[in-house]
Amino acid sequence: MRLAMRPAMKRQQTQKIAVGLITGAAVLVVIPIVLVILYIVVQGIGALSWEFLTAPPRNGMTEGGIMPAILGTLILTLGTAIVCLPLAIGAAIYLAEYASDNRLTRWVRLAIVNLAGIPSIVYGLFGLGAFVLFLQFGTSILAGSLTLGIMTLPVVISTAEEAILSVPQEFRLVSQSLGATRWQTIRHQVLPHAMPGIITGVILGLSRAAGETAPILFTVAAFYVPHLPQSISDQTMALPYHLYVIATQVPGMPLSVQYGTALVLLLLVLSLTVVATVIRTRMRRRRDW
Amino acid sequence: MGPKIVVKNVYFTYGDGTEALHNVSMEIASYQIFVLFGPARAGKTTLLRLFNRLSDLIENATVQGQILFNGRDIFERGTDVIDLRRRIGMVFAIPTPLPGSIRDNITYGLRMAGIRNRDELESRVERSLTQAALWNEVKDRLDKPASALSGGQKQRLCIARSLALEPEVLILDNPTSGLDPLSTAMVEESLHELKQRYTIIMVPHSVQQAARVATTAAFMLDGEIIEVGSADQIFGQPQVKQTEDYVTGRFG
Amino acid sequence: MANLNDFAKARTAQIALRVRPMGVWLRRGRLETLIELLIRLSGVSTIVIVGLIFLFLLREGLPAFLDIPLRQLFGSRWYPIEGFYGIWPLLVGSLVVTAGAIVIAVPLGLTTAVYLGEIAPVWQREILKPLIEVLAGIPSIVLGFLGWVALAPIIQSLGAPTGLTALTGSLILAYMALPTIISISEDALYAVPKEYRDGALAIGATQWQTIWRVVLPAARSGLAMAVMLGIGRAIGETMAVMMVTGNAAFIPDLGLDLPLHPVRTMTATIAAEMGEVAQGSLHYNVLFGIGIVLFVVTFAINLVAGRLVGSVVRRRGGQL
Repeated sequence: MRLAMRPAMKRQQTQKIAVGLITGAAVLVVIPIVLVILYIVVQGIGALSWEFLTAPPRNGMTEGGIMPAILGTLILTLGTAIVCLPLAIGAAIYLAEYASDNRLTRWVRLAIVNLAGIPSIVYGLFGLGAFVLFLQFGTSILAGSLTLGIMTLPVVISTAEEAILSVPQEFRLVSQSLGATRWQTIRHQVLPHAMPGIITGVILGLSRAAGETAPILFTVAAFYVPHLPQSISDQTMALPYHLYVIATQVPGMPLSVQYGTALVLLLLVLSLTVVATVIRTRMRRRRDW
Repeated sequence: MGPKIVVKNVYFTYGDGTEALHNVSMEIASYQIFVLFGPARAGKTTLLRLFNRLSDLIENATVQGQILFNGRDIFERGTDVIDLRRRIGMVFAIPTPLPGSIRDNITYGLRMAGIRNRDELESRVERSLTQAALWNEVKDRLDKPASALSGGQKQRLCIARSLALEPEVLILDNPTSGLDPLSTAMVEESLHELKQRYTIIMVPHSVQQAARVATTAAFMLDGEIIEVGSADQIFGQPQVKQTEDYVTGRFG
Repeated sequence: MANLNDFAKARTAQIALRVRPMGVWLRRGRLETLIELLIRLSGVSTIVIVGLIFLFLLREGLPAFLDIPLRQLFGSRWYPIEGFYGIWPLLVGSLVVTAGAIVIAVPLGLTTAVYLGEIAPVWQREILKPLIEVLAGIPSIVLGFLGWVALAPIIQSLGAPTGLTALTGSLILAYMALPTIISISEDALYAVPKEYRDGALAIGATQWQTIWRVVLPAARSGLAMAVMLGIGRAIGETMAVMMVTGNAAFIPDLGLDLPLHPVRTMTATIAAEMGEVAQGSLHYNVLFGIGIVLFVVTFAINLVAGRLVGSVVRRRGGQL
């Protein structure tokens, strides 16, 4: 064996150097993550105030708050959930419980993988062509929610399917042996126990949607709307787009407002991620099988 | 009265081509304990799961032949599989309480069948737990999680859960596999009571258990029925050499 | 006679097992039939949606390919105001930025995956993995913003004429692609049976030799997939790239300082210009045409990645 022929000293040296380099790379990955978050927090925390969170922008957006953008993002996230959830959970149940190993199923899986890979700006184009123009929804919350909802499908389907498959097969056998139908089994045994996993996937998916800019550029986002949206056919401001606008399109915008907006967006998205993680761990602990 | 279940020339092949049952035929009379025994992978569990068509859940498998339940072929088009599973109860090798309370477990099948009446549910809980010899141990904690029961209690809960649907046949697939001798004895004892009211088909844990509980016994090997007969005959004077070897422990 | 009858019964039994008899369905309640139908429909809807996306891109983008001679469409001038729709500079822009990102992200990502999977003690893993999930969760606009206000000045101070360059974009993109690369590679490493490692260590190999000669080769198809999906993620990224690459739509000279030039990617072009074009104009069609190119490229990447290890993609849905 060639491995063993090498002088032991040299091998130990290579081992040390290699492990050192690998560790170095990991550090190189992690440090910027910490720095980025710290930097935004430090730079943005000063701008945060009750007014910043609850007032509309004033004076060419350089003063006041970002409330319409925050609210717009919350509305869009809700809209995304309404569009995405029924379809995604239905598709996940289909894949985990109904689909047999045939050509149709393979096509469905292929479709999901490819949905996951489509760039977000292409979803934006699709939303523009299909919802804004063809279905004549106009630039609206409806069109934006549909676009974001479809974009979020693959993440939620994959995590939900995984959660459903992790429910032990015995429960399905027992349930059906007791005369439950297939749907009763899914409804009463499978879904309740897959719920923590499904919820985690949903929240993660929604947190992605909340932070997206490209899909809402042409479908819903407004540069500045002084009032709150009245219906789902209105445009709305949204945090990610607002950050883009004030960073690149508005001259003389105070940096603190920009950092403040970035911080609010980051907190919103990351808190969703944290909530998802907490739900997952707490529900796991409560499991009694 | 004709036999409860008649198996006629049944073949079963899994999706990967493995033949699990080969030309199986036999008759099972009512109100007795019919024991199906043999070495591992003889096809016992596969056969059991055909009786209530739980085998439907196995993808791409093919089955040929007939299984008559009360004289009607269960594979016939139009068979109500759900109704069949309510008439033929099943208990699995590993006791698997569904998550939830003891009461939830017992009433699950009834609720799925659309029975909502509280008094009806309550009386069935008590009756089935009593039949499974568990009532006295759990009557004060029906709303506690079923997962907190001991292994033997869990298995008797599973038996009670099947009995709650008042089936005609009770199928037990190695119900004492994970149990200690004391629990095993309790389960076996309750079986002797139950055979007065139900037809029991059981795969035993061992030849000894088979001999202890069987009214009739069938010896299976490699997907085929080798010999069927009364317990006395099978364990006393087996006619076929393979049966004799297995029963006397000279097998393999 | 009896035999024939048996045979017929056997056939029926076979059919009955595969097909749920309709009569039972109806009796079991309309609601349940309806629910099962809806579930099946939502499964199939995913295929329909992919089809619809492509259809609408074609509907709006096909005129670009029909009305502009292909030579001009793939020409080197992108100057829509004067009617020049050469998307070549945009393709090159996307390629340069993506290539740069991959050059940075692949070595970093793979080694980090190795560190997480093979070297790091449990307590470190429990800190590092959530951190990387956090990175995946940071909105691209926030990273783009940081690149714009913080990273660009640093790049400029290194001697570049401007801070908004291909390199700035590549750096940001690299960190955006890292979570995908790391988590999929880690899955691939995890899938390597423990016996392989034990076997190598047992014959006296060092940990590094085990990783290099045994674990990495065994995981190579999964690692390749991680790289592919990382590329897919990078090439489709829009906002961050748009903010930091300077958006100059010309082909930089091929030199060592290539990364220090401003470039403009396909995604950024769509995002920046769609707001200003008239619907139905040629410019509008061309932007959708670029969308078609992006769709086809990412579709192909995912197809190849899916072929590499079907099961891992299935678990991850291709994304993180």
